[in-house]
This record gives sequence, C-alpha cells and structure tokens, in this order.
Amino acid sequence: MGTLVADSLVLARRNLLRIVRAPDLLTAFTVQPIMFVLLFVYVFGGAIAVPAAFDNYADFLIPGIVVQNMAFGGFATALGLSEDLKKGLIDRFRSLPMAPAAVLAGRTFSDIATNTLGLVILVGVGLIVGFGFNNSIGEVLLGFLLILLLGYAFSWVFAFIGLVASSPESANSFGFLAIFPLTFLSSAFVPPETMPAALEAFAEVNPFTTVVDALRSLWQGTPAGSDVWLAFVWAIGIAAVFSVIATRKYRSAVTR
Amino acid sequence: MSELAIEATGLRKVYRDVEALRGVDLRVERGTVLGVLGPNGAGKTTAVRILTTLLPPDGGTANVMGYDIERDAKKVRATIGLAGQYAAVDENLTGFENLEMVGRLYHLGKQRSRERATDLLDRFELDEAGDRLVRTYSGGMRRRLDLAAALVADPPLIFLDEPTTGLDPRSRNNLWRTIEGLVADGTTVLLTTQYLDEADYLADRIVVLDHGQVIAEGTADELKARVGRAAIQVTLENPEQKEAAVAALQAIAAEPPSANGTVVTVPIERRDGAIAHAVRRLDEAGIAAEDLAIRRPTLDDVFIALTGHAAEHEHGDGEGEE
Repeated sequence: MGTLVADSLVLARRNLLRIVRAPDLLTAFTVQPIMFVLLFVYVFGGAIAVPAAFDNYADFLIPGIVVQNMAFGGFATALGLSEDLKKGLIDRFRSLPMAPAAVLAGRTFSDIATNTLGLVILVGVGLIVGFGFNNSIGEVLLGFLLILLLGYAFSWVFAFIGLVASSPESANSFGFLAIFPLTFLSSAFVPPETMPAALEAFAEVNPFTTVVDALRSLWQGTPAGSDVWLAFVWAIGIAAVFSVIATRKYRSAVTR
Repeated sequence: MSELAIEATGLRKVYRDVEALRGVDLRVERGTVLGVLGPNGAGKTTAVRILTTLLPPDGGTANVMGYDIERDAKKVRATIGLAGQYAAVDENLTGFENLEMVGRLYHLGKQRSRERATDLLDRFELDEAGDRLVRTYSGGMRRRLDLAAALVADPPLIFLDEPTTGLDPRSRNNLWRTIEGLVADGTTVLLTTQYLDEADYLADRIVVLDHGQVIAEGTADELKARVGRAAIQVTLENPEQKEAAVAALQAIAAEPPSANGTVVTVPIERRDGAIAHAVRRLDEAGIAAEDLAIRRPTLDDVFIALTGHAAEHEHGDGEGEE
C-alpha cells in the first residue's frame, strides 16, 4: 500500500509536468468551459424557460455545466494512457517492480488537480455572469465534494477507455461520443419537461440528471428528494466498478 | 542458485488464431549475450514479453535469474532491465527527469535515483542534454536514454528488443559499443535483432527463430558455417574471360569459385586483404573487372540455408502481436 501511494505520486507528478510542458491540453480545462458558459447564458439562455425555483438561467445552468465538465475532465487520462501504450511506456512501467495500480492511480490523481482548476474557473465565471450560491456553507462544500468525486469516478471510466481504444485519437472520440450526448440528455441545460416524452423519460432516469439535481439542491437549496445520497451512490459505484475493470485491463495491457 | 540467467522450456503463446510461439526453449548462461535472430513476426518480441513478465505464457515454464516468471513475477521485475525498439521514454520530461522517475519506481529513493540519473547521463554522453526535454532529442539519443533507463537499478540481466532497428549506421555503431561495454562489466544480455551482423558482433550464442520455433542455435561461426562463407563477387567486363578469371582466383579461394553470366563468385576464408589479392591476380592475368565486392552472409542467406525460403517480411512492423 505504501508503495502504491508513493509510486502513484511519482507518476501523478509526471502527468502534471506534461500539462505544464505541453500546455495544449490546458485549453480544455480553461478556455472551453468559459466559452460554454458564455454561449449558454448569453446565446441560448434567453430562449430557455427557467423553472420558478431559480432566480435566473445562470443559477440553473452552472451546476449542469459543472457536472458536464467534471464528467469530461478525465479525458486527459484516456489520452495519456493511450499515448503511453502506443509509445511503449506501459511496457516499461509493467516491467518495473512497482505497484500495478499505480499507473492508473497516478493518472486519476492528476485529474483531480486539473479538475479542481477547471472547477474554480467555471464557478468563477459563473459568479461573474449572475450565478450565486443560495445555501449553507456546509452544503455548498458538500456539493464541491460530490462533483470532484464524480470527476474522479469518470477518470476511471476514461482510464478504461484509454486502455481499450486502439489509438489516442479513437480514445478521444470514443469518450466524446459516449459521454457527451448523455450529459445533454439530462437536466443539465434545460428542464427535462420541455423535451419530447421519450427523451424526457430517458432524462429523468439518466444518472447525470440525478447528479445535476443533487448539485442544484446543495448549491441552490432547491428541493432534492433522494437525489443527493443517490448521486453519491452513483459516483462511488462508478469509481468502484471502473477502477476494478480498468486495473484488470492494465495488468494485461501491452504496446500495440 | 541457478547457473543460468534464463532457462525457458517449451514456451507457447497463441493470439486468437495465430501461434506466436510454438514450444521455444532458451538457455542463457550468466555473463553471456544471447542473440535471438529472426524476421518480423517470428515471435521475438513475444518471447521477450513473456520473459519480462508482460505476458503470461499459454504453455511452458521459464526461470529468470532463478525466479519463476509467473509465481515470482515481482522478483523477476526487480532483477531485470528492459529496453526496446520503442524508445519508451517520456517526451515531455527531460532526460534527467526520465531516469529519476524510473529510479523512483524501482524504489531506489530520491537521493539515489538522482545520483544514478546523473551517472547514467554521463556514461551515455547525454550529460549536456540531460536538462533538455526528450522531444528535442535525436533518434539515437532517445535509444541511448531508453537503454540508460533499463540500467537505472543496475540489473544483472537486461533485455534489448531490437535496440538498433531504425537507427542510422553511426548511431547503431555507438549503441553497439555501449552494449559491448555493459557486457564487459558482467551484465547478461538477451538481445533480439533482425540483423545477422548485429547478432554476429554482439552475441556469444545465437538462436534463430522462425514462425515461433527455434530453427537453429549456435555461435555466430557455427551458423555461418552452415550458411556459407563470405565471398568476393567479380563482375567481368568481358564474359568470355570467365574461365580465365576462375583459374586466376583459384589460389585465394576457400572453395572452388563458381561463375554465372558475367559474375564470378569466390568463397574466401578471411576478408582482410582479400580484395587486394583478387585485384592483383586479375591484373596479372590481364582480366578487366567492372565491379568487385565482398558479399557477406545475410539473414536471408541464413534462412535460405536453414529453411529453404527467404525471411518473410510481410508482417510489417507490428512484430509478434498479430
């Protein structure tokens, strides 16, 4: 266990250095979320009927867009693992007497750092365009915990994608095709009641809706029902399942 | 403790419908270099991956430095170094950071990892480039760094999977000399290669692999004796002087020369001075040569001699895994 933590930190440091040395990925955590917030608030926002519980569209939107961004934050893990596989680094790591889970744990650790950066920027921009917290500090912080946990869970999903994809390019597009539509078919951007019946039914059971509604309830004080604890169950469940199957996949991964 | 650094018996590996290894035996004595020679797709990389614990075998057993590769995989990993055709180094770290990271992952500790990184950069003439990002390195520098990474923990046994594939001749020679230095220090080496001259230069013993099977084994000289000798090939200006040329070159030939069209082939015992002798004799006999060259046995000659077919290259670059 001691070596797992130490090895993971060595590798997490390496992953973060990569982001500093080749900052092309940085735009995904900084510019892109800002662009999306501005686009939705000022372009679409005026045409979207905001439910009565919210003061303005920004209050409704920010928790949704935060969930979408955190679900995507782990794409750097898929990309990085896929590159390491292609370049033979995974062969090298697997030939070393290190903890087998450390390569994946190091990846998902460093995602927490980049997700935190993205989260701060998103919420900061949100506050500028009219978003505000409307609940106790404890519940607001619990919301931050929930969303970082969700981001961490999705890093493991992306770890699995990175190990099964045939190339970094396909890892990227696979993640995009699988997760992007799911975040839109939820309560993240518009109230599901405004969708066609079939889509509304899907959106109501979509786990992203559960998490978005939980985050709104923690940040805005809107009624949540069972959403908050269910959201934690989803995040922990996804992390548990995908950390197991991704680690199993890693143990037999070799350069293609 | 076993005398052998590697002892593998009956290794088998099947990928879906392709048998990559069909019962391979390998024995490597400590302090020696085994060259595993074969074309793309022969199973060389698969064998290395099994012996370095990256892949489980589907059959057979192997001991590496006295440890079973399946039961004691972690102990095997602690005693080996692996470098290969991919130059598995991180482009966005410096040379120093790459080596330090590998040292940390061998659990050498921060201080010792840094010392090893500095020593190895010196030894591989990368000390000036040590603080530069690897993405600015040349191909030869990356291979040297990759090899240095395999040596961070000072392992008694290293695996080199096609270490010079894709390198220019000068970088290749440099790397050969580096590997020679390691061997002189007592390191045991298993090296895979597609080049006969590489195995000849570096290996004490050579195993020839084809379609997942060992088809020949021995020292470089033993193999070459089976393949045939080096030969001088003379291309004549006038094909009618064929017989005269054969007669003139008889004296320097190790076996009777043969003639085919305008080309006379003269097998020779020793390469040094052979060309000069040949030129002098042709001159004395008044025979004009258009071209004159030494032809050395190649991997293709080995394969033709051993299997009756040329080495097949249709598998492309993705050796082993298909």
